[in-house]
Amino acid sequence: MIGKIHSIETLGLVDGPGIRVVVFMQGCPMRCIFCHNPDTWTTDSGLEMTKEELVNFILKYKNYFGIEGGVTFSGGEPLFQKDFLLEALKLCKENDINTCIDTAGSIYDVDEILKYTDLVIYDIKALDKDKYFVITNYKIDNSLKFLDLCQKMNKKMWIRQVIIPNINDNEVYIEELASFIKKLKNVLKVELLPYHTNGVYKYKELNIDYKLNSEAMNKDRCLKLNEYLNELLKH
Amino acid sequence: MILMYTLEWKYFIGENWKKNIDVLDFITNNYKEYTGDNSFLVGPTEKSKIILNKFNELKKEELQKGVLDIETKIMSGIDNFNPGYIDKENEVIFGLQTDKPLKRIINPYGGMRMVKSSLASYGYELDKDVEKYFNMFRKTHNQGVFDAYTKNIRKMRSAHLLTGLPDAYGRGRIIGDYRRIALYGIDFLIEKKQEDLDNHSIINGSPDIRLREEISEQIRALNEIKSMANKYGFDISKPANNSKEAVQWLYFGYLAAIKENNGAAMSLGRTSTFLDIYFERDLNLGIITEKEIQELVDQFVIKLRLACHLRTPEYNELFAGDPTWVTESIGGMLNDNKSLVTKTSFRFLHTLINLESSPEPNMTVLWSSKLPENFKKYCALISIKTDSIQYESDDLMRPIYGPDYGIACCVSAMKIGKQMQFFGARANLAKALLYSLNGGVDEITNNLVIDNIPKIEDEYLDYEKVLENYKLVLQNLAKNYVDAMNIIHYMHDKYAYERGQMALHDTDVDRLMAFGIAGFSCLVDSLSAIKYAKVKPIRNNGITESFEIIGDFPKYGNDDDRVDNIAVEIATYFSNQLKKHGIYRNAKHTLSILTITSNVVYGKNTGATPDGRKKGEPFAPGANPMHGRDKCGALASLNSVAKIPYKNVCEDGISNTFSIVPDALGHSEIERINNLVGIIDGYFKNGAQHLNVNVLNRETLIDAMNNPEKYPNLTIRVSGYAVRFNRLSKEQQQEVIERTFHNKI
Repeated sequence: MIGKIHSIETLGLVDGPGIRVVVFMQGCPMRCIFCHNPDTWTTDSGLEMTKEELVNFILKYKNYFGIEGGVTFSGGEPLFQKDFLLEALKLCKENDINTCIDTAGSIYDVDEILKYTDLVIYDIKALDKDKYFVITNYKIDNSLKFLDLCQKMNKKMWIRQVIIPNINDNEVYIEELASFIKKLKNVLKVELLPYHTNGVYKYKELNIDYKLNSEAMNKDRCLKLNEYLNELLKH
Repeated sequence: MILMYTLEWKYFIGENWKKNIDVLDFITNNYKEYTGDNSFLVGPTEKSKIILNKFNELKKEELQKGVLDIETKIMSGIDNFNPGYIDKENEVIFGLQTDKPLKRIINPYGGMRMVKSSLASYGYELDKDVEKYFNMFRKTHNQGVFDAYTKNIRKMRSAHLLTGLPDAYGRGRIIGDYRRIALYGIDFLIEKKQEDLDNHSIINGSPDIRLREEISEQIRALNEIKSMANKYGFDISKPANNSKEAVQWLYFGYLAAIKENNGAAMSLGRTSTFLDIYFERDLNLGIITEKEIQELVDQFVIKLRLACHLRTPEYNELFAGDPTWVTESIGGMLNDNKSLVTKTSFRFLHTLINLESSPEPNMTVLWSSKLPENFKKYCALISIKTDSIQYESDDLMRPIYGPDYGIACCVSAMKIGKQMQFFGARANLAKALLYSLNGGVDEITNNLVIDNIPKIEDEYLDYEKVLENYKLVLQNLAKNYVDAMNIIHYMHDKYAYERGQMALHDTDVDRLMAFGIAGFSCLVDSLSAIKYAKVKPIRNNGITESFEIIGDFPKYGNDDDRVDNIAVEIATYFSNQLKKHGIYRNAKHTLSILTITSNVVYGKNTGATPDGRKKGEPFAPGANPMHGRDKCGALASLNSVAKIPYKNVCEDGISNTFSIVPDALGHSEIERINNLVGIIDGYFKNGAQHLNVNVLNRETLIDAMNNPEKYPNLTIRVSGYAVRFNRLSKEQQQEVIERTFHNKI
């Protein structure tokens, strides 16, 4: 089986714990208005690799992983190529590599995949189903089913939310987010990520309209909201 | 207080080291490994702060003037200068190179022209009598070398194919075992040298005669060191009695070296754990406090920061920022289970906080994955805060050199007091590739430099054909390179022998001859382009002027064996070619991939290359991949470099500089520390030898380039050493900024 890989970052230090090889995979069913990787949307392009080739590449970095590090499958939406992902994850576990997937949960029948996943980084796009659709052009249902599955299978999770000016950069939303996350178990870390415009140039190159007309999120303000959120989660 | 004067070896255990000079045996028997954290460390004393302020003022003044002062009447020598002080009241460790701080010394033994042009560039003039009589009665190393140089060497030298050869300046890269003075006192050392002299009778003719003369010179030098110390009011004929004397005695040894020599790299060795034995004993006896120990270390380090030499502007262009490479090797393992980390390993690194970050001394951590975790984390913390540490793999070097080696300059390992190096700069292997395309003709000067190289006139370059030609060029280059080095070191021994430093070595010293490579990654990518893409040379009068590259090719720095294997093949081939030729004094061939900042100048003197690099553009430093060509992130780049073999191939070191922005290293300080430890651990587990670490923002560097006054202490690591950013030329600053920053978030 062949996987389509957009690119590989060998020194990933923020997508999961420790030092991680981050595999950016092609393909995503969603079309988020703030997406900074539009070049990963389809599986028309990308580097073709077998699972052996991919895992052999990852293994070259095993000496850097230490106790915490490993591999993170990101994208795109790594679940989009779920058959390949499953094979790759299995092979990683056979080689004793810590595994993580960075996903919006847009595909939910993934019990097998989660069996071989040590950590799920789960992206919340929005809490309200209508807003979710506006932001992602995709229904919220799959994402919620995926979350349920993670909870049932007792998966360790990191929760992430991108903060965008005038869309969700307010305390009210943060409070809603807090009460949503509080109901979840096995959440090890919650992070708010400031929206940035570093991916806008890619739209021009790909000749796609960039729908979100927004400034980058102020980093300090995002940090404040992050503190507020984590404060709320303590109580 | 009477106790103070009778301590010497009291409370120290072991027998062998008492009978024979064996510092390692003393250390092994007496040191106490420290596995705790950094919480015991203390800040600087009032005295140290006062001295530091004066030091900073002097440095500031020097930066404005170029040099503070030059002694033009007295020549270099161990005991030639009156004692000098910064502020006698507040100094606790004494001794300056001349009678005033930062006053530079003239050393005509290496070459008179170098002295005169250095003086002229700062508006000074050599004392008339010195010039007259020196020229009348004394020949220099430089004159000797040029008397013996062959036509071929001269051609390669002036074409910048062989570059930076120590034929007009001190070779350096020799580390005296300065600890011996503290442990044994001068008299014992003289006694042992006298025994050696008596044991080296003349049996086989000249070599023994030369050695006997050298031993006698060494004994003379030891007496001079004693006399020099005496002028500061210290009698160092006997072993040091206490902590303060141990530091002072040791420093006098180093001071003698930098009074007598102006070698490019004048490294300190491996002193911190040795000194720790005295500190621990005196702490246990209750005759010293932590505050006082840190004061000794801080003030010792300030003295080391004051070391300076007289250089020409051309030299500064090659090795920017007035470096002296007072390299101190810290940490490492004694054996597979026990590290050589002590509290004083921490105290030395802590000077970067107490005295602010600084390029000198060149703090070098000998890294093993088995070092105490607390020490690793402290190193990472100091790296993140100061960018002033380089790391070298103890796991790689200890099996070759044993547990008591040190680093000279940037990456050159040698057993302390038992091995010395014949330093040999580097050959420009990227330029050599152009010779293989142009029939041995230099692409800049159009002069024929190497005979009998078939000219390639193909429209598209054929890999096998180019490689065959390239090997011919390398064979010829290696032969002439070895000739040049043999001549240089023969003459250096003859006309500028390092008497004081060699007195602090075993008499039967092992010698390493260190060759070097520049333009490595440019060469490797060029060969890869020829092999995997289509490369069409654009020629002018038959000489390549630029190259058209059709298609993509794998680039060194992406952990891609297709190209990394070329890197391994060429390094190994060149090493083997060098080894075909015999070497002066039976030295062992070694090879480094290290450029310091000279990658900028070497690039300037090299035409366009088949990898797409334009004429005059800088090379990457050391063994670094060319910037902007890595597509898989920093670890892939590290892995490519880690593949270059150290043992038996590049056994003089493989330098790599790694820069990362703080945000990319992790969100919190703890994350950053753990991640940096993980990167270093992994890199060395993969077989690498050296890593410079910079953790800083590109924006900071750009701001520092435009507003140097805002960043007087900003220190960065460049290819094997640290340098104050504001001492780099604009060109070098630009090159550092453009170089890959790993900032993907």
